[in-house]
Amino acid sequence: MTFYPAAAPPDGDRRTAKQKIAAYLEPWLYSAPVLILIVAIMLVPLALGISYAFRDIRLLNPFSGAFVGLKHFRELAGDGAFRGALVNTLWWTFSSVILQFLFGLILALLLNRPFRGRALAQALCFLPWAVPSFLSGLDWAWMFNPVVGPIPHWLYALGILSEPSNILSDPETAMWGPIVANVWWGIPFFAITMLAALQAIPKDLYEAAEIDGAGPIERFRSITVPFLAPTMAISILLRTVWIANFADLIIVMTNGGPADRTQIVASYIFTQAFRRLDFGYASAIALVLLVLLLAYSMLIVVLRQTMLTRH
Amino acid sequence: MASITIQSITKTFGTVPVLHDIDLSIADGEFVVLVGPSGCGKSTLLRMIAGLEDITGGEIRIDGRRINEVAPKDRDIAMVFQSYALYPHMTVADNMSYSLKLRKTARERIAEAVGAAAGKLGLDPLLERRPKALSGGQRQRVAMGRAIVRHPKAFLFDEPLSNLDARLREQMRAEIKRLHKAIGATSVYVTHDQIEAMTLADRIVAMHGGIIQQVGNPLDLYDRPANLFVAGFIGSPAMNFVDGHCRSGAIETDDGSRIAVPGGIDLAEGQAVTVGIRPEHVRIVAGSGAGSYTARVDLVEPTGFGTIVHVRLLGQDLKIYTLERGAAEVGEPLHIALDGDRLHVFDRETTNRIG
Amino acid sequence: MTRKRIVLTVLHRLAILAYVAFALFPLFWLLKVSVTPTSLLYTEGIRLWPSRASLEHYAFVLTHSSFPTFFLNSTIVSASTAVIVTIVAALAGYAMSRFVFRGKYWIVGLLLLTQMFPLVMLIAPMFKMLSPLGLTNSLTGLVIVYVAFNVPFATFLMQSFFDGIPKDLEDAAMIDGATRFTAFRQIILPLTLPGIAATLGFVFTAAWSELLFALMLISGNQATTFPVGLLSFVSKFSVDFGQMMAAGVLALIPACLFFLLIQRYLVQGLTAGAVKG
Repeated sequence: MTFYPAAAPPDGDRRTAKQKIAAYLEPWLYSAPVLILIVAIMLVPLALGISYAFRDIRLLNPFSGAFVGLKHFRELAGDGAFRGALVNTLWWTFSSVILQFLFGLILALLLNRPFRGRALAQALCFLPWAVPSFLSGLDWAWMFNPVVGPIPHWLYALGILSEPSNILSDPETAMWGPIVANVWWGIPFFAITMLAALQAIPKDLYEAAEIDGAGPIERFRSITVPFLAPTMAISILLRTVWIANFADLIIVMTNGGPADRTQIVASYIFTQAFRRLDFGYASAIALVLLVLLLAYSMLIVVLRQTMLTRH
Repeated sequence: MASITIQSITKTFGTVPVLHDIDLSIADGEFVVLVGPSGCGKSTLLRMIAGLEDITGGEIRIDGRRINEVAPKDRDIAMVFQSYALYPHMTVADNMSYSLKLRKTARERIAEAVGAAAGKLGLDPLLERRPKALSGGQRQRVAMGRAIVRHPKAFLFDEPLSNLDARLREQMRAEIKRLHKAIGATSVYVTHDQIEAMTLADRIVAMHGGIIQQVGNPLDLYDRPANLFVAGFIGSPAMNFVDGHCRSGAIETDDGSRIAVPGGIDLAEGQAVTVGIRPEHVRIVAGSGAGSYTARVDLVEPTGFGTIVHVRLLGQDLKIYTLERGAAEVGEPLHIALDGDRLHVFDRETTNRIG
Repeated sequence: MTRKRIVLTVLHRLAILAYVAFALFPLFWLLKVSVTPTSLLYTEGIRLWPSRASLEHYAFVLTHSSFPTFFLNSTIVSASTAVIVTIVAALAGYAMSRFVFRGKYWIVGLLLLTQMFPLVMLIAPMFKMLSPLGLTNSLTGLVIVYVAFNVPFATFLMQSFFDGIPKDLEDAAMIDGATRFTAFRQIILPLTLPGIAATLGFVFTAAWSELLFALMLISGNQATTFPVGLLSFVSKFSVDFGQMMAAGVLALIPACLFFLLIQRYLVQGLTAGAVKG
């Protein structure tokens, strides 16, 4: 007598190896151009830039290129302009972000309430975002210029300035120029993201709260704020990094001056690379900035974790 | 038209198994409904027949031809989606003719086929409209029309009526049945609605947890549910279940009442069982007598045609469906009797039907 | 109660007006100076509108300066960048939206990483890399750089547009007899057209605004883009305010046109970019 084993169930997939590989590779084929571009044009220069930080690379000196170890970093430690730039970066970043955020939030709240002509008002308020950043910088530089701009005359009339002078040429006040331009240009970013978050809050929550007897302030505190909080947190954090790196306005409006009082680290890197053509030193500064930003991001992640575990 | 054979089909998403060893044969022209709660694997099985999901193990044949490795476009099947999946940028006519155009059908033939399908579904005045300009019911019809213009080997329906309101759903249900009678195409229909399953199916496949629980014609599933799951799933209002043990030839419920064991059922002394009684099989009787129970009425839900009466009995909330109006008042006592030959008994351990 | 309501409404409208005024005033001033004849510029000071408006600065800028060339260069660079980025990002965005594959999270991580580090960091190495290839001082070089910079953000943006198109449509098309690629071309792509237009707009605006890399990589008028041209004009002839502002208004025109185009998609664009302006 012979026993036959029970028929094994047929296998589900009998495609040839070639077909399987093709199916596996399909998404990679679609993504390949993006990946190649990013690796070749962002990651390779990034790695090169990191290596430059340890080499003597000056564009005008054909004999440069030698490995110099930590020389740039030792120089950096004694570089007063760099330390000034660090302080300026903090000042520039946090005042820009806070003002952009506050005014953006208020604008979003104003636009969140229906009124006639809202679409138009919204488009006009968001328009500065469309203005190229270099042009925003130039425009505001002209606005601050007493020859063609009204602002010095207004400030003089208000008694804030003793004479209609250019605040951009006064070391004490110069930083306010780029900050004002940045706030003007960046309010729409926060207003748009906050408005989207506001409109995502279910309306019946407010109705329920109103029926439960909550006043407008209580409703704002107990519904609006908690719903907006995640969007606020993420956009502020990301925007902080972005603005710390954003040198266009400063380069256009003051070029770091007067007396380096508006020089931030990002513009300092650009000045070292573009004006002094000292690529090695510029890359060393850039590496420090990268490490600082990474540290900031890590700090945020850790803070978020501890907040999450506490709740 | 074609037969569909599903043999030892398994499916896992990553490491999560969703279908276990499914076997099913669908005859040419048959209307089979896959029914079960959401997550039971019914849609996944349908999408595997369509070719939209990979087959982890096992084999699907259409007309005897293995189709595991065949692309959806070459399987010659049509599918009606829950979302209808009408192409928003095409008119109704273009939606219906898209598949024929892809097959390079001659223009006159396309016009003819679209015209015929539109006529059958009453879509003639809508042919030049975009899906956006149609009501839910009209969109549903277009989705059906798109399927029938092709004369495919089989129709697959993925919960096609769940986005319609109740009245329209009833109407379309009848229409689908009429259409199937007219065309006689092999159809596989997925739904979570047991009424749709009962009314439409030649055969119902009840699924739960990735396993086929019972296959049979609708009345079989209603009359002789194979296990507790099918018993509870088919029928509305749902079957009452009472837990008990076999004690000296009768079933003693947990609150001490006794139910006579229906004929033809052998129970071991002490065996844990669940007794199932459909609400429509609980009779209201005039007075207390042998084999009747007395209970206090808890809640009365008139449905128009009949009335659902809730009573506290046998240690639980027991539902009674009666066609008599005014048979019960809340708070009043009620005498009821259970039809012995309409009781279902299930083994509590295996959940399977006994007898 | 009604009185309080009226006061609140008036305050609300006033606040909106203040914002609109703040947003528009610098642009208005740009326009005003650009149409003020040089002879009136210094005498009329801060009047809101000159007693006599003229287009003389525009005429000068368009006929006697290199700005038309700069404008053309910028248009070529921005348009090519926008087209290439959109095609490449559409492919990758489609893969990220429609395929479940190992490595997807690595790609997302990589794309996010490129948004976090300071781009100024790349200026020096980029110059060193492109110069032996003859790609400094060339529009092609700029396009390559801009494409790489904008592709991550555009990929997220395109992905969000594809995510908005139900997967059922492709499934239906494939059952109707289409291959995946045919379904992509005939069903998905037509439905993504608004998204594609928005992506084109976002990328065009970004490329149109880029200044620092253009400054570093370009020297010489033939390949100068508008931002660089305007900036060097400012440092060379810092007294011709009328002409500078006329050029500024010209630079504003394409940006505003694209703003109109993408206005509906601002939210999607900003959240996809998250960190990108």
